[in-house]
Amino acid sequence: MTIKASEIKVGDTYSEEVCKNLSRTQIVQYAGASGDYNPLHSDEIFTTQIAKYPSVFAHGMLSMGMTGKMLTNYVGDGRLTKFGVRFTSQVFPGATLTATATVAAIREEGGEHFADIEVSTKDEAGTEVIKGNAIARLDP
Amino acid sequence: MAVDKFPVEAGHIMMFARSIGDANQIYYDEDYANSTEPGAVIAPPTFVQASAQFDPDYFLRPKIGQEWFGSAKEATGLTQRESSGGGGGGGGLHAEQHYEYHKQLQAGDVLTATTKPGKSWEKEGRRGGKLMFSESVTEYRDQNGDLVVTATGVGVRTERPATSE
Repeated sequence: MTIKASEIKVGDTYSEEVCKNLSRTQIVQYAGASGDYNPLHSDEIFTTQIAKYPSVFAHGMLSMGMTGKMLTNYVGDGRLTKFGVRFTSQVFPGATLTATATVAAIREEGGEHFADIEVSTKDEAGTEVIKGNAIARLDP
Repeated sequence: MAVDKFPVEAGHIMMFARSIGDANQIYYDEDYANSTEPGAVIAPPTFVQASAQFDPDYFLRPKIGQEWFGSAKEATGLTQRESSGGGGGGGGLHAEQHYEYHKQLQAGDVLTATTKPGKSWEKEGRRGGKLMFSESVTEYRDQNGDLVVTATGVGVRTERPATSE
């Protein structure tokens, strides 16, 4: 799927549930694939007794990766020119996350069309866990 | 972080896509991928984070023959090495991550990565005491020397664990 500049308008939104009841095993999968084996993400003894957090929690980059899935499903494969986020809250096992893209601007630059997109991912309680923005190259 | 050789392999892309719950066939099926606009198995937008696998000194991977600070049957009491900042970890957490995409990254590419420190700043936090932020900027170049991705990470260190609970 790709989107066309002529078919979208400022304020358009696209949302996806990017994870449901996040499992500890998925966090381990991400550790294995990314190579970030920080015990804070999989080792409950270390995380609660030594680091003093209430529980293991997801890598920020797992939440960003899941948010990126929503974006590429919306704008198409290979269309992002920028994608940046702030991690605004920790994501614990059991979280259900919904990622939303909102079109903030549509512009033409050097004969190419781009959309500026605001990105927000929230958990089931409505707490924002990711806040960011992206730029996607559009068809005319 | 410096990575001399990060071979971007289709199997690694598949495992990474699975881990983020992304079923897009462009990450799994070469025949399908060849029929798409990019025309190849490509890497998901955050895939370069997996360059940690190819950083020989990456401090958040247990090293063969060395003690690991995570727990075994019980907590080990070992302390972790200091992070150079930027990507989270160590006593720090990952605060921000930004990517600029210059060229499509695809299976078969071989990247090198070089990291430079960026800005650093401090802020008074609400829950964790003083917050110390530091930025690192990593440039990923392909086998032709072309810049593929610029990644800017911001790490934050807190005086005590910061959590909303």
